[in-house]
Amino acid sequence: MSAPRTREAALRRRALRAASYLLLSAVGLTMLVPFAWMVSTSLKAPAQAIEFPLRWVPSEPLTVQLDGETRKVARVIGEDATRVAVLRYSPEGAHVRVISPASAAGEERLVAESQLETVRRAHLHWENYGEAWRARGVRVREAFFGLVSQVDGFLVFYLNSIIVSICVTIGTVFTSSLAAFAFARMRFPGRDQIFLGYLATLMVPAIVIMLPVYALLSQLRMTNSYTALILPVMFSAYGTFLLRQFFLTIPQELEDAAVLDGASPFAVYRFIILPLSKPALATLTTFVFLHSWNDFLWPLMVVDRLALKTLPIGLAHFQDSYTTEYHLLMAASVIVMVPVLIVFMLGQRYFVRGIALSGMKG
Amino acid sequence: MARPASPRLDTGRSRRRQAWLRALPFLLPNLLGFLVFTFLPVLACFALSTTDYRLATITSLRELRESVDFVGLGNFVRLLGWHSEGGRLVANDVEFWRYLGNTLFLMLGLPLSIAGSFLLALLLNQRLRGITIFRTIYFLPTVSSAVAVCIVWKWILHQQPNEIGLLNGFLMSLGVPHPPNWLGSLVWAKPAFIIMTLWATVGGYNCVLYLAGLQGVPQELYEAAELDGAGAWARLRHITWPMLSPTTFFVVTMSIIAGFQGSFLFTAAFLMTGGGPAGATTTLMLYIYNYAISWHQLGYAATIACVLFVMVFGFTLINWRYGQRLVHYA
Repeated sequence: MSAPRTREAALRRRALRAASYLLLSAVGLTMLVPFAWMVSTSLKAPAQAIEFPLRWVPSEPLTVQLDGETRKVARVIGEDATRVAVLRYSPEGAHVRVISPASAAGEERLVAESQLETVRRAHLHWENYGEAWRARGVRVREAFFGLVSQVDGFLVFYLNSIIVSICVTIGTVFTSSLAAFAFARMRFPGRDQIFLGYLATLMVPAIVIMLPVYALLSQLRMTNSYTALILPVMFSAYGTFLLRQFFLTIPQELEDAAVLDGASPFAVYRFIILPLSKPALATLTTFVFLHSWNDFLWPLMVVDRLALKTLPIGLAHFQDSYTTEYHLLMAASVIVMVPVLIVFMLGQRYFVRGIALSGMKG
Repeated sequence: MARPASPRLDTGRSRRRQAWLRALPFLLPNLLGFLVFTFLPVLACFALSTTDYRLATITSLRELRESVDFVGLGNFVRLLGWHSEGGRLVANDVEFWRYLGNTLFLMLGLPLSIAGSFLLALLLNQRLRGITIFRTIYFLPTVSSAVAVCIVWKWILHQQPNEIGLLNGFLMSLGVPHPPNWLGSLVWAKPAFIIMTLWATVGGYNCVLYLAGLQGVPQELYEAAELDGAGAWARLRHITWPMLSPTTFFVVTMSIIAGFQGSFLFTAAFLMTGGGPAGATTTLMLYIYNYAISWHQLGYAATIACVLFVMVFGFTLINWRYGQRLVHYA
């Protein structure tokens, strides 16, 4: 190839790269805007939250104390160094007193209102988070079988979410890995038929399964319990499927060698298959944990006692009581969202791989 | 094969039983849970749909038997049937058809979302510095709590006489004098939901699936095509797209199944609009939820759920039968 052509190609590649970055950033920004707006609103004072025009940085008009009264500070347009305190407005304009520069301080003037611009100062209302956390509307009278009483709602929601998610995750990974071991590494009559039954349910809309289970739990008076939140979600067909696919890829020779040495099936499962399946187990763990943490419909159906609510339905309840207090709503949303994002950042690799894995077999 | 006949005749059966006994401890915990909480409920849902089962405080099994009536296909007639009213044919359950329409309408964003995911995956598949940061950002809505996301979007789409949400503030700064009251408008509520879903899904699962697919396309194909003088478009059209058709097939199938269920849209409707205005954002999922939980008519709710299931199943079959033809397997 001739030199000019390669140079042209390099140039084109660079242009393509720049365009890619531009596009990626534009989309990325769009993705982030709602989150940024959430954080921004969560740090505003109630009046500022609904203020128009919209401001990204939470700020408030700067005020000074003059003769025992609170006055707004303004800037006179055209006189950059001048700061004035607004005393009062009248039809002729605004009566102001100069507060800086020092040389003119104390001087009173009459300025057209249009010449004044309110001075604002950034002010982040971190206390919104405390207020949301302690919100009266979600105060729990008694929780955890009477162990605690009169506690902040979000503390209870957090603990409930942690309890439920951890139990569901451990239960799913444990039972799924055992069953997946049987499906992938053992031979027994009817194995493939049973597995097909598992596969078939993957396509069934979740609500079809939820309704009868809900009816059963209601009839047994078991709604509003941790059992209802945890037990029915613990036997994931998806988890069994995912792990089986992975277990199938582990070479048979390793197992055969162990069996020759007299290893029991459980020993093979525990000391060969599980250690070799760490990536798949990590994937399933992240998947199940995040799913359980964010699950909305099932907890919504089986729990209506405040003391048993998990974070998503707790937040929904909070929204019911604080419909218009956007600064608190946003603070509560941030409170709910942050731990998930941390878990995601930590387990991102496994999470993404899990999606790819499940897609490959489709 | 050439083994001498076993002296015991039942060897085969006992071996089989032994195999079962060996597998059982592994299988049992999951299988039992699966049967009780997944498999049997599917059958139970169909059984429920033939009854007028209502949730009430029933204390004994006898009371339960007495209070529940078998109605055969009555629920299905009530749901899907038509009757004549003054010479005109009217659906028995007008709302069902309307909410089915809503559900399908809200799925109109799917092609856009899938195309967007594909394009993003193409962009993300380049060796650029900082690309993982973009991947993470695009995936954020997927891992975020849907409740929190919906609350923020409600605030973004907000429009009250003296309160203007972020989106409309932005539109007004662009010079749109009267931007719509998104969530309060019969016309705009559904498009608002579509926009929101697009935001939530475009960088999510589908994008990751495409990305994985792209990384599986052999590089030699591109090199060979380049030698033959194929431009970027030709390579995309004749290599990338056909090589990714299995992924597209999977993505489309799963998206439509998910679209019928619309769990994100359920959350959105539940928290942002309550299904309104005037039912404009009520999906089938919300309709089922309302019958089951708000109105305690579990029998009828199960009927709608079964119909939803049959629709999903039918669609999947059709897709399997005809969609597969478009898939190019390398």
